Amino acid sequence: MAAGTAMSSYWRGVRDGLPFLAVVGPFAMLFGVLATEAGLAVHETMGFSIVVIAGAAQFTALQLINENAPTLVVIASALAVNLRMAMYSASITPHLGPLPLWKRGIAAYFLVDQTYAQSILDYEKNPDQTTTEKFAYFLGVMTPICPPWYVFTFLGAVLGESIPPSLGLDFALPIAFLAMIGPMLRTPAHRIAALASVVLALAFAWLPYNMGLLVAGLGGMMAGAQAEVRLGIKP
Amino acid sequence: MTDTTELWLIIIALGLGSFGLRFAFLGLVGDRAMPEWVLRHLRYTAVAVIPALVAPLVIWPTATGGEPDPTRLAAAAATFAVGYLTKNVFAAMGVGAAVLVSFSLVL
Repeated sequence: MAAGTAMSSYWRGVRDGLPFLAVVGPFAMLFGVLATEAGLAVHETMGFSIVVIAGAAQFTALQLINENAPTLVVIASALAVNLRMAMYSASITPHLGPLPLWKRGIAAYFLVDQTYAQSILDYEKNPDQTTTEKFAYFLGVMTPICPPWYVFTFLGAVLGESIPPSLGLDFALPIAFLAMIGPMLRTPAHRIAALASVVLALAFAWLPYNMGLLVAGLGGMMAGAQAEVRLGIKP
Repeated sequence: MTDTTELWLIIIALGLGSFGLRFAFLGLVGDRAMPEWVLRHLRYTAVAVIPALVAPLVIWPTATGGEPDPTRLAAAAATFAVGYLTKNVFAAMGVGAAVLVSFSLVL
Protein backbone atom coordinates (compact mmCIF):
# COMPACT_ATOMS: atom_id res chain seq x y z
CA MET A 1 0.00 0.00 0.00
CA ALA A 2 1.72 3.16 -1.19
CA ALA A 3 1.69 5.97 1.36
CA GLY A 4 1.03 8.37 -1.52
CA THR A 5 -2.49 7.13 -2.26
CA ALA A 6 -3.41 7.16 1.46
CA MET A 7 -2.16 10.74 1.62
CA SER A 8 -4.22 11.76 -1.43
CA SER A 9 -7.28 10.01 0.06
CA TYR A 10 -6.72 11.99 3.26
CA TRP A 11 -6.63 15.32 1.43
CA ARG A 12 -9.62 14.38 -0.70
CA GLY A 13 -11.45 13.75 2.59
CA VAL A 14 -10.34 17.11 4.00
CA ARG A 15 -11.69 18.87 0.91
CA ASP A 16 -15.02 17.01 1.06
CA GLY A 17 -15.36 17.66 4.81
CA LEU A 18 -14.57 21.36 4.58
CA PRO A 19 -18.12 22.63 3.79
CA PHE A 20 -19.30 21.12 7.08
CA LEU A 21 -17.16 23.64 8.91
CA ALA A 22 -19.91 26.18 8.11
CA VAL A 23 -22.33 23.98 10.06
CA VAL A 24 -20.11 22.76 12.87
CA GLY A 25 -18.76 26.24 13.73
CA PRO A 26 -22.08 27.94 14.58
CA PHE A 27 -23.55 24.76 16.10
CA ALA A 28 -20.57 24.26 18.45
CA MET A 29 -20.52 27.95 19.40
CA LEU A 30 -24.20 27.78 20.23
CA PHE A 31 -23.52 24.84 22.53
CA GLY A 32 -20.74 26.79 24.23
CA VAL A 33 -23.01 29.79 24.73
CA LEU A 34 -25.96 27.81 26.05
CA ALA A 35 -23.80 25.68 28.35
CA THR A 36 -22.26 28.81 29.87
CA GLU A 37 -25.69 30.36 30.28
CA ALA A 38 -26.82 27.17 32.04
CA GLY A 39 -24.06 27.74 34.57
CA LEU A 40 -21.42 25.29 33.33
CA ALA A 41 -17.76 26.27 33.73
CA VAL A 42 -15.61 26.43 30.59
CA HIS A 43 -13.79 23.18 31.43
CA GLU A 44 -17.11 21.41 32.02
CA THR A 45 -18.46 22.67 28.70
CA MET A 46 -15.28 21.46 26.99
CA GLY A 47 -15.63 18.13 28.78
CA PHE A 48 -18.98 17.68 27.08
CA SER A 49 -17.71 18.45 23.60
CA ILE A 50 -14.53 16.36 23.90
CA VAL A 51 -15.83 13.35 25.86
CA VAL A 52 -19.30 13.09 24.32
CA ILE A 53 -18.66 14.69 20.88
CA ALA A 54 -22.30 14.46 19.71
CA GLY A 55 -24.19 17.67 19.04
CA ALA A 56 -27.82 16.60 19.38
CA ALA A 57 -27.16 14.49 22.48
CA GLN A 58 -25.24 17.34 24.12
CA PHE A 59 -28.10 19.79 23.53
CA THR A 60 -30.60 17.25 24.90
CA ALA A 61 -28.51 16.68 28.04
CA LEU A 62 -28.07 20.41 28.55
CA GLN A 63 -31.77 21.11 28.27
CA LEU A 64 -32.62 18.36 30.79
CA ILE A 65 -29.90 19.56 33.19
CA ASN A 66 -31.49 23.01 32.98
CA GLU A 67 -34.86 21.48 33.84
CA ASN A 68 -33.28 19.76 36.86
CA ALA A 69 -34.15 16.31 35.51
CA PRO A 70 -32.76 13.36 37.52
CA THR A 71 -29.22 12.37 36.46
CA LEU A 72 -30.36 8.98 35.18
CA VAL A 73 -33.07 10.58 33.01
CA VAL A 74 -30.51 12.98 31.52
CA ILE A 75 -28.16 10.11 30.64
CA ALA A 76 -30.86 7.81 29.26
CA SER A 77 -32.50 10.52 27.13
CA ALA A 78 -29.25 11.77 25.61
CA LEU A 79 -28.15 8.22 24.84
CA ALA A 80 -31.52 7.53 23.20
CA VAL A 81 -30.84 10.49 20.90
CA ASN A 82 -27.51 8.84 20.05
CA LEU A 83 -28.86 5.37 19.28
CA ARG A 84 -28.53 6.05 15.56
CA MET A 85 -24.74 5.93 16.07
CA ALA A 86 -25.02 2.14 16.48
CA MET A 87 -26.67 2.03 13.05
CA TYR A 88 -23.82 4.09 11.59
CA SER A 89 -21.34 1.74 13.25
CA ALA A 90 -22.99 -1.30 11.67
CA SER A 91 -23.24 0.39 8.29
CA ILE A 92 -19.57 1.39 8.15
CA THR A 93 -18.24 -1.94 9.47
CA PRO A 94 -18.11 -3.61 6.01
CA HIS A 95 -15.73 -0.78 4.99
CA LEU A 96 -13.59 -0.20 8.09
CA GLY A 97 -13.99 -3.57 9.86
CA PRO A 98 -10.66 -5.01 8.59
CA LEU A 99 -8.66 -2.26 10.36
CA PRO A 100 -6.66 -3.09 13.50
CA LEU A 101 -8.67 -2.65 16.71
CA TRP A 102 -7.04 0.64 17.76
CA LYS A 103 -7.83 2.25 14.40
CA ARG A 104 -11.42 1.01 14.68
CA GLY A 105 -11.47 2.65 18.12
CA ILE A 106 -10.35 5.95 16.60
CA ALA A 107 -12.96 5.68 13.83
CA ALA A 108 -15.66 4.90 16.43
CA TYR A 109 -14.80 7.96 18.52
CA PHE A 110 -15.02 10.26 15.48
CA LEU A 111 -18.15 8.59 14.03
CA VAL A 112 -20.65 11.48 13.96
CA ASP A 113 -23.47 12.33 11.51
CA GLN A 114 -21.26 14.30 9.14
CA THR A 115 -18.20 12.03 9.10
CA TYR A 116 -20.42 8.98 8.64
CA ALA A 117 -22.64 10.39 5.90
CA GLN A 118 -19.82 11.91 3.85
CA SER A 119 -17.60 8.80 4.14
CA ILE A 120 -20.32 6.31 3.23
CA LEU A 121 -21.28 8.48 0.25
CA ASP A 122 -17.68 8.34 -0.97
CA TYR A 123 -17.23 4.59 -0.32
CA GLU A 124 -20.31 3.87 -2.43
CA LYS A 125 -19.24 6.24 -5.18
CA ASN A 126 -15.68 4.86 -5.28
CA PRO A 127 -16.02 1.21 -4.24
CA ASP A 128 -12.51 0.18 -5.37
CA GLN A 129 -10.68 1.83 -2.46
CA THR A 130 -8.48 -0.21 -0.12
CA THR A 131 -9.27 -0.23 3.60
CA THR A 132 -6.23 2.00 4.21
CA GLU A 133 -7.51 4.54 1.68
CA LYS A 134 -10.99 4.44 3.20
CA PHE A 135 -9.58 5.06 6.69
CA ALA A 136 -7.39 7.89 5.41
CA TYR A 137 -10.43 9.43 3.71
CA PHE A 138 -12.44 9.15 6.95
CA LEU A 139 -9.68 10.90 8.92
CA GLY A 140 -9.58 13.56 6.22
CA VAL A 141 -13.33 14.23 6.51
CA MET A 142 -13.01 14.28 10.30
CA THR A 143 -10.22 16.90 10.30
CA PRO A 144 -12.33 19.99 9.42
CA ILE A 145 -15.27 18.69 11.53
CA CYS A 146 -14.17 17.28 14.90
CA PRO A 147 -11.27 19.51 16.06
CA PRO A 148 -13.33 22.62 15.11
CA TRP A 149 -16.14 21.17 17.25
CA TYR A 150 -13.84 21.59 20.29
CA VAL A 151 -12.43 24.96 19.22
CA PHE A 152 -15.81 26.57 18.50
CA THR A 153 -17.34 25.16 21.69
CA PHE A 154 -14.51 26.91 23.53
CA LEU A 155 -15.07 30.18 21.64
CA GLY A 156 -18.80 30.03 22.38
CA ALA A 157 -18.16 29.35 26.07
CA VAL A 158 -15.66 32.21 26.36
CA LEU A 159 -17.34 34.81 24.14
CA GLY A 160 -20.78 33.99 25.49
CA GLU A 161 -23.66 36.17 24.40
CA SER A 162 -21.59 38.45 22.18
CA ILE A 163 -22.45 36.34 19.09
CA PRO A 164 -25.04 38.08 16.89
CA PRO A 165 -27.91 35.84 15.72
CA SER A 166 -27.47 35.57 11.94
CA LEU A 167 -29.80 35.01 9.03
CA GLY A 168 -31.34 31.54 9.14
CA LEU A 169 -28.21 30.06 10.72
CA ASP A 170 -30.37 27.43 12.39
CA PHE A 171 -30.94 26.02 8.93
CA ALA A 172 -27.27 25.37 8.05
CA LEU A 173 -27.49 21.87 9.49
CA PRO A 174 -30.56 20.73 7.47
CA ILE A 175 -29.01 22.22 4.30
CA ALA A 176 -25.75 20.35 4.79
CA PHE A 177 -27.56 17.02 5.16
CA LEU A 178 -30.11 17.73 2.41
CA ALA A 179 -27.25 18.34 -0.01
CA MET A 180 -26.01 14.80 0.58
CA ILE A 181 -29.35 13.04 0.14
CA GLY A 182 -29.64 13.65 -3.64
CA PRO A 183 -26.30 11.99 -4.47
CA MET A 184 -27.20 9.05 -2.19
CA LEU A 185 -30.30 8.14 -4.22
CA ARG A 186 -28.45 5.90 -6.67
CA THR A 187 -31.08 3.20 -7.29
CA PRO A 188 -34.89 2.90 -7.03
CA ALA A 189 -34.31 0.95 -3.77
CA HIS A 190 -32.44 3.96 -2.32
CA ARG A 191 -35.24 6.29 -3.39
CA ILE A 192 -37.88 4.04 -1.84
CA ALA A 193 -35.87 3.82 1.40
CA ALA A 194 -35.56 7.62 1.60
CA LEU A 195 -39.23 8.19 0.84
CA ALA A 196 -40.35 5.65 3.47
CA SER A 197 -38.02 7.22 6.02
CA VAL A 198 -39.36 10.75 5.43
CA VAL A 199 -42.98 9.60 5.71
CA LEU A 200 -42.25 7.63 8.90
CA ALA A 201 -40.15 10.45 10.43
CA LEU A 202 -43.02 12.93 9.99
CA ALA A 203 -45.68 10.44 11.13
CA PHE A 204 -43.74 9.47 14.27
CA ALA A 205 -42.25 12.87 15.10
CA TRP A 206 -44.48 12.96 18.21
CA LEU A 207 -42.63 10.04 19.87
CA PRO A 208 -40.50 11.13 22.87
CA TYR A 209 -36.69 10.94 23.06
CA ASN A 210 -36.22 11.18 19.31
CA MET A 211 -37.57 7.64 18.94
CA GLY A 212 -39.37 8.67 15.74
CA LEU A 213 -35.93 8.88 14.11
CA LEU A 214 -35.21 5.26 14.98
CA VAL A 215 -38.61 4.07 13.73
CA ALA A 216 -38.04 5.97 10.48
CA GLY A 217 -34.45 4.76 10.15
CA LEU A 218 -35.29 1.10 10.66
CA GLY A 219 -38.43 1.38 8.50
CA GLY A 220 -36.46 3.03 5.70
CA MET A 221 -33.77 0.34 5.85
CA MET A 222 -36.40 -2.40 5.65
CA ALA A 223 -38.16 -0.65 2.75
CA GLY A 224 -34.84 -0.36 0.87
CA ALA A 225 -33.90 -3.99 1.49
CA GLN A 226 -37.36 -5.20 0.44
CA ALA A 227 -37.28 -3.06 -2.70
CA GLU A 228 -33.85 -4.41 -3.59
CA VAL A 229 -35.09 -8.01 -3.42
CA ARG A 230 -38.46 -7.48 -5.09
CA LEU A 231 -37.20 -5.27 -7.91
CA GLY A 232 -34.10 -7.44 -8.40
CA ILE A 233 -31.81 -4.42 -8.06
CA LYS A 234 -28.05 -4.91 -8.13
CA PRO A 235 -26.73 -3.13 -5.01
CA MET B 1 -28.73 23.21 38.74
CA THR B 2 -27.03 19.85 38.83
CA ASP B 3 -23.89 19.90 41.03
CA THR B 4 -20.35 19.34 39.77
CA THR B 5 -20.07 15.65 40.65
CA GLU B 6 -23.38 14.84 39.02
CA LEU B 7 -22.42 16.89 35.98
CA TRP B 8 -19.19 14.93 35.49
CA LEU B 9 -21.11 11.71 36.09
CA ILE B 10 -23.40 12.73 33.22
CA ILE B 11 -20.49 13.71 30.96
CA ILE B 12 -18.56 10.50 31.57
CA ALA B 13 -21.61 8.23 31.31
CA LEU B 14 -22.64 9.92 28.07
CA GLY B 15 -19.10 9.69 26.71
CA LEU B 16 -18.81 5.98 27.51
CA GLY B 17 -22.34 5.28 26.27
CA SER B 18 -21.86 7.18 23.01
CA PHE B 19 -18.52 5.50 22.37
CA GLY B 20 -20.11 2.14 23.14
CA LEU B 21 -22.84 2.74 20.55
CA ARG B 22 -20.29 3.86 17.95
CA PHE B 23 -17.91 0.99 18.70
CA ALA B 24 -20.62 -1.70 18.98
CA PHE B 25 -20.34 -3.08 15.46
CA LEU B 26 -16.97 -1.68 14.36
CA GLY B 27 -15.26 -3.18 17.37
CA LEU B 28 -17.15 -6.40 17.96
CA VAL B 29 -17.97 -7.50 14.40
CA GLY B 30 -14.85 -6.07 12.76
CA ASP B 31 -13.64 -8.23 9.92
CA ARG B 32 -16.13 -11.08 10.42
CA ALA B 33 -18.56 -11.61 7.54
CA MET B 34 -22.13 -10.50 8.24
CA PRO B 35 -25.09 -12.40 6.74
CA GLU B 36 -26.32 -11.10 3.39
CA TRP B 37 -29.72 -10.00 4.75
CA VAL B 38 -28.00 -7.83 7.37
CA LEU B 39 -25.72 -6.27 4.75
CA ARG B 40 -28.73 -5.67 2.51
CA HIS B 41 -30.38 -3.62 5.29
CA LEU B 42 -27.16 -1.80 6.17
CA ARG B 43 -26.76 -0.60 2.57
CA TYR B 44 -29.76 1.66 3.21
CA THR B 45 -28.75 3.03 6.62
CA ALA B 46 -27.52 6.42 5.40
CA VAL B 47 -30.39 6.95 3.00
CA ALA B 48 -32.91 6.01 5.74
CA VAL B 49 -31.45 7.90 8.71
CA ILE B 50 -30.30 11.20 7.16
CA PRO B 51 -33.66 12.09 5.50
CA ALA B 52 -35.44 11.13 8.76
CA LEU B 53 -33.10 13.43 10.67
CA VAL B 54 -33.79 16.34 8.31
CA ALA B 55 -37.49 16.03 7.40
CA PRO B 56 -38.97 17.31 10.71
CA LEU B 57 -36.42 20.17 10.81
CA VAL B 58 -37.52 21.25 7.32
CA ILE B 59 -41.28 21.02 7.90
CA TRP B 60 -41.31 22.28 11.50
CA PRO B 61 -38.22 24.51 11.97
CA THR B 62 -37.25 25.19 15.60
CA ALA B 63 -36.41 28.83 14.81
CA THR B 64 -40.02 29.60 13.82
CA GLY B 65 -41.45 27.74 16.80
CA GLY B 66 -42.44 24.80 14.61
CA GLU B 67 -44.39 26.83 12.04
CA PRO B 68 -43.68 25.84 8.40
CA ASP B 69 -41.69 28.64 6.79
CA PRO B 70 -41.61 29.47 3.02
CA THR B 71 -37.94 30.59 3.12
CA ARG B 72 -36.71 27.40 4.71
CA LEU B 73 -38.95 25.20 2.54
CA ALA B 74 -37.64 26.89 -0.62
CA ALA B 75 -34.02 26.55 0.51
CA ALA B 76 -34.59 22.88 1.35
CA ALA B 77 -36.25 22.15 -2.00
CA ALA B 78 -33.47 23.92 -3.91
CA THR B 79 -30.72 22.11 -1.99
CA PHE B 80 -32.27 18.71 -2.56
CA ALA B 81 -33.04 19.37 -6.24
CA VAL B 82 -29.51 20.55 -7.05
CA GLY B 83 -27.99 17.62 -5.15
CA TYR B 84 -30.23 15.13 -6.93
CA LEU B 85 -29.69 16.55 -10.41
CA THR B 86 -25.96 17.34 -10.25
CA LYS B 87 -24.83 14.72 -7.67
CA ASN B 88 -22.61 17.55 -6.42
CA VAL B 89 -22.78 18.13 -2.64
CA PHE B 90 -20.90 21.45 -2.81
CA ALA B 91 -23.17 22.89 -5.52
CA ALA B 92 -26.25 21.81 -3.56
CA MET B 93 -25.04 23.42 -0.31
CA GLY B 94 -24.08 26.60 -2.16
CA VAL B 95 -27.42 26.98 -3.93
CA GLY B 96 -29.33 26.12 -0.75
CA ALA B 97 -27.44 28.71 1.28
CA ALA B 98 -27.91 31.31 -1.48
CA VAL B 99 -31.68 30.70 -1.61
CA LEU B 100 -31.89 30.83 2.20
CA VAL B 101 -30.04 34.13 2.48
CA SER B 102 -31.70 35.85 -0.49
CA PHE B 103 -35.21 34.82 0.58
CA SER B 104 -34.49 35.93 4.17
CA LEU B 105 -33.41 39.34 2.88
CA VAL B 106 -36.38 39.77 0.53
CA LEU B 107 -39.20 38.41 2.70
